[in-house]
Amino acid sequence: MTNIFRGFGAVFYKEALHVRRDAGTLFFSLTMPLLQMFLLGFAIDTNIRQINTVVYNADGRRESRELLDRLTNSDTFHIIRFVENDHDLNDMIIGGKARVGVKIPVDYSDRLLHNMSAQVLVLIDGSDSSVAGQAINVTTAIGLDESLRRVLQDRAALAVDMRPKLLFNPDSRSPNFFLPGLTAIMLLNVTTFLTAFSIVREKERGTLEQLFVTPVRPFGLLLGKLLPYLGIGFFELCLILFFMRFVFLVPIHGNVLLLAFLSLPYLFAALSLGILISSKANSQAEAMQLAFLPILPSVFFSGYIFPRETIPAILYPLSYLIPATYFINITRGIILRGATITHLWKDGLALCLIGAFLLIIAARRFHDKVIMA
Amino acid sequence: MATPTQILSEPAISAERLVRRFGNFTAVNDVSFRVEKGEIFGFLGPNGSGKTTVIKMLTGLLPLSGGNARVEGIDVRTDSEAVRERIGYMSQNFSLYYDLTVAENLQFYGRIYSLEPARLKRRIDEIVQLNGLAPYLNRLSSQLSGGWKQRLALGCAMLHEPKLLFLDEPTAGIDPVARRQLWDLLFELSGHGITFFVTTHYMDEAERCSHVAYIYYGKLIADGTPNSLRELPEVQPHGTLRVEITTPEVTRALRFARQISGIRSATIFGQSIHALIDDHFNLDELREQLLKDGIAVAEIRPLAPSLEDVFVELTYKHQALLEAASD
Repeated sequence: MTNIFRGFGAVFYKEALHVRRDAGTLFFSLTMPLLQMFLLGFAIDTNIRQINTVVYNADGRRESRELLDRLTNSDTFHIIRFVENDHDLNDMIIGGKARVGVKIPVDYSDRLLHNMSAQVLVLIDGSDSSVAGQAINVTTAIGLDESLRRVLQDRAALAVDMRPKLLFNPDSRSPNFFLPGLTAIMLLNVTTFLTAFSIVREKERGTLEQLFVTPVRPFGLLLGKLLPYLGIGFFELCLILFFMRFVFLVPIHGNVLLLAFLSLPYLFAALSLGILISSKANSQAEAMQLAFLPILPSVFFSGYIFPRETIPAILYPLSYLIPATYFINITRGIILRGATITHLWKDGLALCLIGAFLLIIAARRFHDKVIMA
Repeated sequence: MATPTQILSEPAISAERLVRRFGNFTAVNDVSFRVEKGEIFGFLGPNGSGKTTVIKMLTGLLPLSGGNARVEGIDVRTDSEAVRERIGYMSQNFSLYYDLTVAENLQFYGRIYSLEPARLKRRIDEIVQLNGLAPYLNRLSSQLSGGWKQRLALGCAMLHEPKLLFLDEPTAGIDPVARRQLWDLLFELSGHGITFFVTTHYMDEAERCSHVAYIYYGKLIADGTPNSLRELPEVQPHGTLRVEITTPEVTRALRFARQISGIRSATIFGQSIHALIDDHFNLDELREQLLKDGIAVAEIRPLAPSLEDVFVELTYKHQALLEAASD
């Protein structure tokens, strides 16, 4: 009688029954990610276009109108109004109606015609840093370009001609950027929540205590409880990939099977987190709150929304401890860049290590705080 | 190998000097008792006194800090899995899966004990027959009333035909009829040689047990049959008599009764007072003394101590000992 997985089959079958009975929870946990997918895929665009702009054109002659055309043609600025004085210009920005104010002075055309330097005032609302950054970059570039054109007089090519080329996501489509990352966050969400809940529910009900006085072994119990949710997590992954590919038209450049394979250690880590939470929480409400803890750093420190390069140096090492960091690298790598196992084995290894570490801690805590309590 | 006679003579539970410490706190302190096969053993004590800890030690869930325990002849320290194989356990909250049907609950617990399909089917049929669960088989267990939940939980704990069942407060929160029915069932099963280890708060249930023990803050302070406990000198000191005084004015009567010399202690029980008096004190004399204070007494009659009296007296005595020790 040394079968350490004793009771696995019975628990697995029972857990599957729970899942089937509670179709609402299953449906909810499968559709929530899809809902988020639609939000991020359709509604959110990180590319900054059409910034609301107010213009005070004191000059009004041909040169000034040409400049304004160049601003609008950049697709970055959208002129919503022309005003006639400085006060209105400021007022539009303070009121939040426009983020950028452009003032062309009355002598703009004159100075250009006399080959003197002409100044254009660009007021930028700094309260949103990414919008402000984009506005600065584009206005500076247009100013530089305009100056060069006048100096060179269409006579020669540029001495240095930078030709940037975007690889992998040539159109800068937001879904291509967001959805692979979302896959990681959603998997974490679903598997951690479901496992934590399935264990805490038995704690609340007292059935866990009952199981401990039966010959079922802890390994058989945990494995029987976790595998169904691993299955759900895996199904979720397929669902997300399907929608990503065929609804949001994100091309998958790499090997999907490799992605599925590398998702296993990630799911493993997420399940361990679920056990860890269940060893602490005594009620489903408590489990709910605790389950949010790993979600937040996974969203903010993993490079999912904000590039990891923006994390302050003190917190940067933290991003190495977060499983989502590696899995996001894996999903983006395989889906967007067509990366192979030779590029990604380190991430896979890191996930295995983190997963094993979490599982050991979780198993210990579970033993001390739940079985021996 | 043990010979058959050794197995017969082996008690269902033998606990010797059990100790369990949690850090500096001693939850179970030098507890010894024996439960013979076929007994209904009532294990009583206030909340937090160590009842559940003892059960956890006997079922191999908690390692012993000291002492020995053998359950069905098996050492719990070395082979707790074999112990769990042979016992059944029903907790006070019935430990059922509410989103599974009655039949599914039974099947699950049967599979946990690795009953092969044919035996599982036979056992489920037997349990359903015994507990009258047939009409509810396909109902979700959440929809059963308290009494039926308890019968189902008992059924789940018995599927693997254990010879020893631990019932942790089996009747907490169920109606009196279901309570009575459960005890009838326990007596019937006990007649078939099954041993029961029952914890309860109900004194009337304790009176039904063939053997009771009382644990008070980790110490076992009473152990014996209900009748032998009633005759303990601490409970019924030499030269005293326990009487029941029935009167319409219990509260006023109690105040006066406590001032009468010759009455050692007095407590209200519903419409009467239970008093411990010196046995040379004449009952008619007592009636007259109370009448003098204007208290009409309907009846005074001798009374055997209840188990509650037993436990109250023993607790007082134990507290006195503890205080003497700490001085």
